[in-house]
Amino acid sequence: MEPIYLDHAATTPIHSDVQAKMTDVMQHHFGNPSSIHRYGRDGRKLLDESRTTAAKALNAPFSSIIFTSGGTEANNLAIFGTAHAYRAQGNHIITTTIEHHAVLHPCEQLEAAGFEVTYLPVDQSGQVRVQDVQAALRDDTILVTIMAVNNETGVVQPIQEISDVLTDHQAVFHTDAVQMFGVMPIDVTELGVDLLTASSHKIYGPKGVGLLYKRDDIHLEQQLLGGEQERKWRPGTENTLAIAGFNQAIQTLQANREKRHEHYQALQDRLILELEKQGIEFSVNGDLTQRVPNIINLSFPKTEVEMFLTNLDLAGIAVSSGSACTAGSIDPSHVLKAMYGEKDARLTNSIRFSFGIDNTEDDMQIVAEKIKPIIERLEKVVT
Amino acid sequence: MSDNANTRVVVGMSGGVDSSVTALLLKQQGYDVVGIFMKNWDDTDEFGVCTATEDYEDVARVCHQLDIPYYSVNFESKYWDKVFQYFLDEYQAGRTPNPDVMCNKEIKFKAFLDHAMGLGADYLATGHYARVRERDGQVEMLRGVDRNKDQTYFLNQISSDILPKIMFPLGELDKQEVRDIAKEHDLATATKKDSTGICFIGERNFKDFLSEYLPAQPGQMQTLSGEVKGEHDGLMYYTIGQRQGLGIGGAGDPWFVVGKNLDDNVLYVGQGFHHDALYSDALLAVDVNWLVDQDLSEPFTCTAKFRYRQQDSGVTVYPNADGTVQVKFDEPERAITPGQAVVFYDDDLCLGGGTIEEAYRHEEPLAHLA
Repeated sequence: MEPIYLDHAATTPIHSDVQAKMTDVMQHHFGNPSSIHRYGRDGRKLLDESRTTAAKALNAPFSSIIFTSGGTEANNLAIFGTAHAYRAQGNHIITTTIEHHAVLHPCEQLEAAGFEVTYLPVDQSGQVRVQDVQAALRDDTILVTIMAVNNETGVVQPIQEISDVLTDHQAVFHTDAVQMFGVMPIDVTELGVDLLTASSHKIYGPKGVGLLYKRDDIHLEQQLLGGEQERKWRPGTENTLAIAGFNQAIQTLQANREKRHEHYQALQDRLILELEKQGIEFSVNGDLTQRVPNIINLSFPKTEVEMFLTNLDLAGIAVSSGSACTAGSIDPSHVLKAMYGEKDARLTNSIRFSFGIDNTEDDMQIVAEKIKPIIERLEKVVT
Repeated sequence: MSDNANTRVVVGMSGGVDSSVTALLLKQQGYDVVGIFMKNWDDTDEFGVCTATEDYEDVARVCHQLDIPYYSVNFESKYWDKVFQYFLDEYQAGRTPNPDVMCNKEIKFKAFLDHAMGLGADYLATGHYARVRERDGQVEMLRGVDRNKDQTYFLNQISSDILPKIMFPLGELDKQEVRDIAKEHDLATATKKDSTGICFIGERNFKDFLSEYLPAQPGQMQTLSGEVKGEHDGLMYYTIGQRQGLGIGGAGDPWFVVGKNLDDNVLYVGQGFHHDALYSDALLAVDVNWLVDQDLSEPFTCTAKFRYRQQDSGVTVYPNADGTVQVKFDEPERAITPGQAVVFYDDDLCLGGGTIEEAYRHEEPLAHLA
């Protein structure tokens, strides 16, 4: 049997359109965009085209797109950049307990450097409450950073409503939209954000490239010092090959977004149907309606996540759970912990399935059929 | 496909050369090999990186070379409850525990075996220097052919029921051959140093480590006749027969730990490696586990080991009705240490073993041995 990949929230394969584009760039366009000769202009053209595509996709001005090495760098630039640039206006930052580590760890670092950080809780729905943001807001709040879609549960956060709360407040509003970008249309003006992070390898583009949307009047302290690239916000010779691939991935996404959305929904529905058909006991973690269709986090009582994941991989099904530590062992998810508390069984028996464009509905039947005997075996061993 | 290809063997991989070669040999024999790294201890280094990282990275490198899948399993809380707690309790009771024996009993050949079975394994393999053999429908455990590396001493408490599910591919090899095989195949771990000491303590100072968990109570060092010779740092830091770290100078033979008095918090010391108080002629073993169908209706003779690196000694075993055994030595033995294992052999066959509860001389318990 061909293995079935259901971990697209971790990374996606590179789309064939993107492969073609990148192959062409590798073969014909190597110029350094900063050079003034024809080769340089050729490289610069790739960059301009990519920036135009990204800006259009977000309904943002051309000049507001900063290409980075990925989502992590964009988040770091947004958070450290804002905190240090606006320190004179305040010392307080608001985020949530369910953010990606590329947001949580910078916030913790800022805390150690003397900033005050409020980590907003979530309830069992996995959603942040707008009134909690309102209540946490202080005169000296300079940054609010809240993810758009949670990467573990797929639960959508009320970004637009939060931005309404922030309308007349000085705080800069950043959202990590890495998991939103591939599935939902994004309009930065409508969302009301000042900074937004997106990544290429979650949308069938190459790894090593992402972007930060920065509203033109927002100031950031530079995190890297060097050349004049990206208007100094991100010095270093541009990764034109990856950026061109990102460009193509966005274009292909834009042309297929609705179709993909429907496909993901069909896959999710079918998986749930097939699991039910097999008589497998499970429950969905997080809100049932406020979610993207390509990520679903399921709890399987009487299973144990390490044994379950290993079994699934040995059976040819690639899924994930929480994050693995450097010794390969699975740490309980901080997201599920935030939703259910430290002791809940769901922390040790939940699996994330994330769907992709190459998955078929029939795959979902195979997955459910493979899960059934594994669960039966685990029920005998797990105590 | 051959039978071996349909036989799943889960290999416990530590990132060391022994378990690496274990996986290699099984792969060469065509088995469906799955490597699993056990994370039993949660600790971080000075940079906040988990100390198990390097070993896991070595597991990953070797498994890439062998083209086998590898995973990790976390037994930290089980290990803490079943091994570390026992370790502390024994020290607190003035005894000298053997966490390797307990780890094999409770973790590697119980929790980990269950995990392997949960992965659909037919066998669990480890890099121990020991052998399993089937004879007359019974599966037995034998010493590894490398007598110097033989690890059956540490395996004496595993259940005989599980032996049919165990593979010890290194049992037929000596250590040098294992190293040679690793080098020949250019395994990433070929030249890695063997780990020494107790796994969770690692390279750290034993005293410092133990003092993080148990309050040390300094007290007097005395001879058995009551002459005060100095101060000890806490009874738990000393083992029967130990010479180092006493700090008693003066004329005559060097000083050794010859006993402990827990009630009065006194460490007994005496002069000379062969100090009379260190010698006993019998012991009582508890938690006795038999790996063979041993006839316990009458006494029998066999050989025994009272510590890991030691020649066998001739003994007579007197089974008690409550499952414990009285063991009488052919010759007096030095420094029998309560808490350590006594393991019985018939030539290469490991019969079983127990935990040393008490030592005796002329049928009198040697209470000073704790």
